[in-house]
Amino acid sequence: MHFEFEIEAGDFSNAGNASSQIKKILKQLNLPNSVVKKAVVALFESEVNVIGHSFGGTVAIDIENEHLHILVSDTGPGIEDVDLAMSEGYSTATKEIQEMGFGAGMGLPNIKKNTDYLDIRSQAGDHTEIEMLIHFNQETVQAPDLPSAEGGQS
Amino acid sequence: MKPLPFHHALKVKEDVCFGCTRCMMICPTGAIRINRGKAHVNPDRCVDCGNCMEACPVNAIVIEQDDFQKIYRYKYRVAVVPSVMIGQFKEEITEEQIYSILMELGFTHVYEAEFGSDILHEISGRYTTYADRSPVISSFCPAIVRLIQVRFPSLVQHLNLIKPPLDITAAYATRQLIENGARAEEIGMFYVTPCAAKIAAIKSPQGESKSGFDGVINMDFLFNLVHKTIVKQKQKGNSPIPPHRNLSGEAVVWSLTMGEAPHMPGRSLAVDGIHNVIEFLEKLENEEIHGIDFLELRACDEGCAGGILGSGNRFLTAERLRHRAESMEGIASHLKQEIQAQGEYLRHNLKLERIEARSIVKLDDNLQTAMEKMEQIQDLLKKLPHVDCGTCGSPSCEALAQDIVQGKADLSRCIFYQRRQELLDSRNAKINLERMIKVWGREKLEGS
Repeated sequence: MHFEFEIEAGDFSNAGNASSQIKKILKQLNLPNSVVKKAVVALFESEVNVIGHSFGGTVAIDIENEHLHILVSDTGPGIEDVDLAMSEGYSTATKEIQEMGFGAGMGLPNIKKNTDYLDIRSQAGDHTEIEMLIHFNQETVQAPDLPSAEGGQS
Repeated sequence: MKPLPFHHALKVKEDVCFGCTRCMMICPTGAIRINRGKAHVNPDRCVDCGNCMEACPVNAIVIEQDDFQKIYRYKYRVAVVPSVMIGQFKEEITEEQIYSILMELGFTHVYEAEFGSDILHEISGRYTTYADRSPVISSFCPAIVRLIQVRFPSLVQHLNLIKPPLDITAAYATRQLIENGARAEEIGMFYVTPCAAKIAAIKSPQGESKSGFDGVINMDFLFNLVHKTIVKQKQKGNSPIPPHRNLSGEAVVWSLTMGEAPHMPGRSLAVDGIHNVIEFLEKLENEEIHGIDFLELRACDEGCAGGILGSGNRFLTAERLRHRAESMEGIASHLKQEIQAQGEYLRHNLKLERIEARSIVKLDDNLQTAMEKMEQIQDLLKKLPHVDCGTCGSPSCEALAQDIVQGKADLSRCIFYQRRQELLDSRNAKINLERMIKVWGREKLEGS
């Protein structure tokens, strides 16, 4: 199932439009709360990023059998240093945007926290594309991080 | 295991309902559909908020109540009265007078429901909350508890698992009577209710196996009865007055909007009106709410003063309660002692068990099936006009699409779709008329 949302630069009052609509659909699919929450946060932060930092863009969501695929693309101006943008608290947001309660430098780190796969493709002066995946079965996703059951029982 | 069905206090009188769609359009959980020209309520979705009853132009939606004579089955007949009951009357009519009339009507004891909040404060030293997640959501309003269960299943862990004041009062009053020699089966505990949701909560409690109440009396019914008796009393002088149990000022206004929130630890806020609450819960579910510790959420405007069974104006009721609260000095020391004497028992009877989610939003338990249904819905939405006219008997195009995939309706119910069919073949007009008769009944379609 494919959904697409146009996002206008600077339109903060409509932030959350895509995430609310997708939330409604994910709830109807009876996906675990953890999946719904991750998707809502990742989508909301993506919307805010496009609104606050870009010249405008789209959020495309594909609901597949085992995961959610999100592709956020904008028309520029690109991210100069992706690694720096990924660090918590770093923001290029203007004072005006911060006064509106956005631009705390948590956008991308929050997206990373709430996705199971994240790929940022960007160059300064060019467009940005952010691709993410959220798996429906969160247990298999978290398994590698947990200590093995055998080791814990001795 | 499938949970037991919800009990509902709201009933549609089919002989009065004329299928005007007002209730269907206002219902916050999309519980109402029109069939054969009458409103039908889906019991899994209804939360007994009473919006439909308020919207009905012909009083076709009514609230069931226990027969008043039921109180005489018991030797000890206790009325637990919400403080908004007092606010229904003009100020010249005193609380003492109202309570003495309740005694004359047959009750042996009268307690104010909000006394429970004073009890809670007295035995814990503060207004305790107990929930898995923050912000804690008040469990005071039963319509909100059910709303969360059915529409926001991911938020049930935010619900405060401390019993609402009326239940604490019932536990206390029962205990008092037993200590004074009454047997449990001799005690009849009756709640005078300002709304439908509290009846439903007492008849099928959420978070406890059995309610502490034996019956419910509707506040508008009792209001009329008290008024009648006032006239009689003027002729023959006053009846005995039940022992005076002073509430604190806080307890008097506890059921009003902002009655509860200011006393809770940390930062809190209050939202009233079920549609406002839904808007707020969407935000909470999106994790957009930060730094708030407690949420007081009430289904009715002005809290219980706006209850569907209120006879007075909600703003005047609220004002009278606030005025009354000003003169209250806190509970008397002999009451404090009585509460402390039962502290151990009450502390063990304060908590609710876990409240279960009962999602109405899911299309299917199986993800694959749900996905297929969702795809069908998306296809149907492309064919529907998005006018949300309600003529198909469902409240919106989206609701019709969901009803279709759940096998409860057919696309041919949509009048826009019917017109398209008729354009292709004029013989469809007759078939479509029959279809609409199924939704609206013959009378409406034939214009008689």
